[in-house]
Amino acid sequence: MKNLTGVGVSAGRVIGPVLQMPEPIQEPEQGAALAEGETAEAAVERLKTASASVKENLQERAGRTSGNAASVLKSTALMAGDKALLKNAGKLITSRQLAPERAIWEAAGEYAVQMKALGGYMAQRVTDILDVRSRIVAELTGQPAPGIPESVDPFILVAEDLAPADTATLDVEKVIALVTSEGGPQAHTAILARDLGLPAIVAANGATEIPDGTLVYVDATDGTVVMPPGEKEKDLAEKYAHRKPLPEFDGHGVLADGHEVPLYSNVGNGKAAQTAASGKAEGVGLFRTEFAFLNREEEPGVEEQTVEYKAVFDAFPGQHVVVRTLDAGADKPLPFLTDSSEPNPALGVRGYRTDWTSPGVLGRQLEAISAAASESTAEVWVMAPMISTAPEARDFARMLDEAGLKTRGVMIETPSAAVTARPILEEVDFVSLGTNDLTQYTMAADRLLGPLAELNNPWQPAVLRMIQLTVQGAREAEEATGKAKSVSVCGEAAADPALAVVLVGLGVNALSMNTRSLPAVAAVLKSVTLEEAQRVAAEVMAARSAEKAKDAARAELPILDELGL
Amino acid sequence: MAERTATIASRVGLHARPAAIFAEAAGDLPVEVTIAAEGEPADEAMDASSILSLMSLGAKHGDKVVLRAEGDGADEALDSLVKILETDHDAE
Repeated sequence: MKNLTGVGVSAGRVIGPVLQMPEPIQEPEQGAALAEGETAEAAVERLKTASASVKENLQERAGRTSGNAASVLKSTALMAGDKALLKNAGKLITSRQLAPERAIWEAAGEYAVQMKALGGYMAQRVTDILDVRSRIVAELTGQPAPGIPESVDPFILVAEDLAPADTATLDVEKVIALVTSEGGPQAHTAILARDLGLPAIVAANGATEIPDGTLVYVDATDGTVVMPPGEKEKDLAEKYAHRKPLPEFDGHGVLADGHEVPLYSNVGNGKAAQTAASGKAEGVGLFRTEFAFLNREEEPGVEEQTVEYKAVFDAFPGQHVVVRTLDAGADKPLPFLTDSSEPNPALGVRGYRTDWTSPGVLGRQLEAISAAASESTAEVWVMAPMISTAPEARDFARMLDEAGLKTRGVMIETPSAAVTARPILEEVDFVSLGTNDLTQYTMAADRLLGPLAELNNPWQPAVLRMIQLTVQGAREAEEATGKAKSVSVCGEAAADPALAVVLVGLGVNALSMNTRSLPAVAAVLKSVTLEEAQRVAAEVMAARSAEKAKDAARAELPILDELGL
Repeated sequence: MAERTATIASRVGLHARPAAIFAEAAGDLPVEVTIAAEGEPADEAMDASSILSLMSLGAKHGDKVVLRAEGDGADEALDSLVKILETDHDAE
């Protein structure tokens, strides 16, 4: 079979046989009537029994798990026995003489529609309701319950997507990797896979076509599924199986020669900041302030924002926290800021640009950041997203001056900003490269589109060149102004340990990533000197393709295989 | 008829986890409790022990909801439920 490519969301390399999730339960025929000889009362009773048994089963599973998984199962169990749901379905049975499986299908479907309409967090719960519905229908019609297949031997689980109730009870002794054809890096499957430390690939188009029992190699570090596995793949899986345990991050990002590369966390709220602090992050390199605004119809007040920001600052007393001002638009729309009818939102009024169409919101946010900063001891830096020109950087710097915020920066996410880094850095003190958007804009490839995954790769020579140009611009600006100009990276690229070495070799000063990536990046950086990193970077820059660039770096970094990275 | 108004404290609203905690507590009470968004007529109120009804209410952080119950122990029951709604379960 043809190899598949998806998005690796939890690293690891394994070989094993595929088992597909069972076929989802089909919708009972529209208008399906009560069976001959069954009264409506009997059908209602049968529905109650089925719902009680599904509820009991889910509760029992909740009892066998803990933490997040248990709480998801518990709320799903409550849905299975929901009184209002049974009442509504019961009414459909008595009034329309519907078969109980059809009645529960419609009654639960209505709740799903309502919740979908609510959007946000509620819409994400729709999967749970539909899962409960399928379980009750399976129970009523004598079909196998939807869920993870049973097997004596370890296997690689493949599915279209997994419901929380499935991922919650995954037996990690049996399931050695997850591959889904749908889903995204932020969806449930990905989050739970990371929690369980299970290699996982999502959005691997075609995965559900793999026949049961097929031996495949899953490279969740790369996001590829290879079948059948060759010698190279067997070797990689073997190395992964014998990997050295990753040492914990000791809170000091440093190369083998003592050259310091501060390692920060990307966080979205106070809770994540505390997690980052306990993971020994040296600070926050990207505080996404959207959190305070999400699911809001109106702009939150300055005081409310101040509280949210202070919660993050307080997790890092005396340490570095880089705040990114509101990045609304494109995949993060906000009703009071963005125009949802834009034909091309990624190229629309987003990030810093929203200040042109909705002036005032950014100013009030800066007021809140300034207030929170003055109430805490964190060393607060502030930057704007989606900057394209030096005059924009100057205008933003002026706004920061007015708000009393001293350390001023901008994100480098657009090719225009990368190639004009020098004039931009003559206006501000630091820049942070947002490699996700920089990749999307440099390659002109929507980062959410599966078929363009190959272009959406930060190892693309053009993207690396943009990063190099940014660093060069920063050094020129240093000479011109006589002031230090810091360049950091806060996109996914910083969390890739091999790419982290290249970035440092190119002259990047600091890296910011999700907290769980810190140990891997720190361990690999510690294995090279600055000179070695520069040599790796030079070889990578000579490569003609993303694949060759990555291979060139990996060839120089044997520690990656030792650690199973 | 006892009645209480409570403000949703959970930061992301009455979603699955806070709704589960609340529905379970409501189901354990000796009286039947209904819940409605503030300003909604009482006869459109929903069963407070139904997690699906709670979630479909779509109550967000800071929204006000009205709880109602009748009979012995109604006041105590409502007080205990108000306390749950006014706790931020996402912060725990």
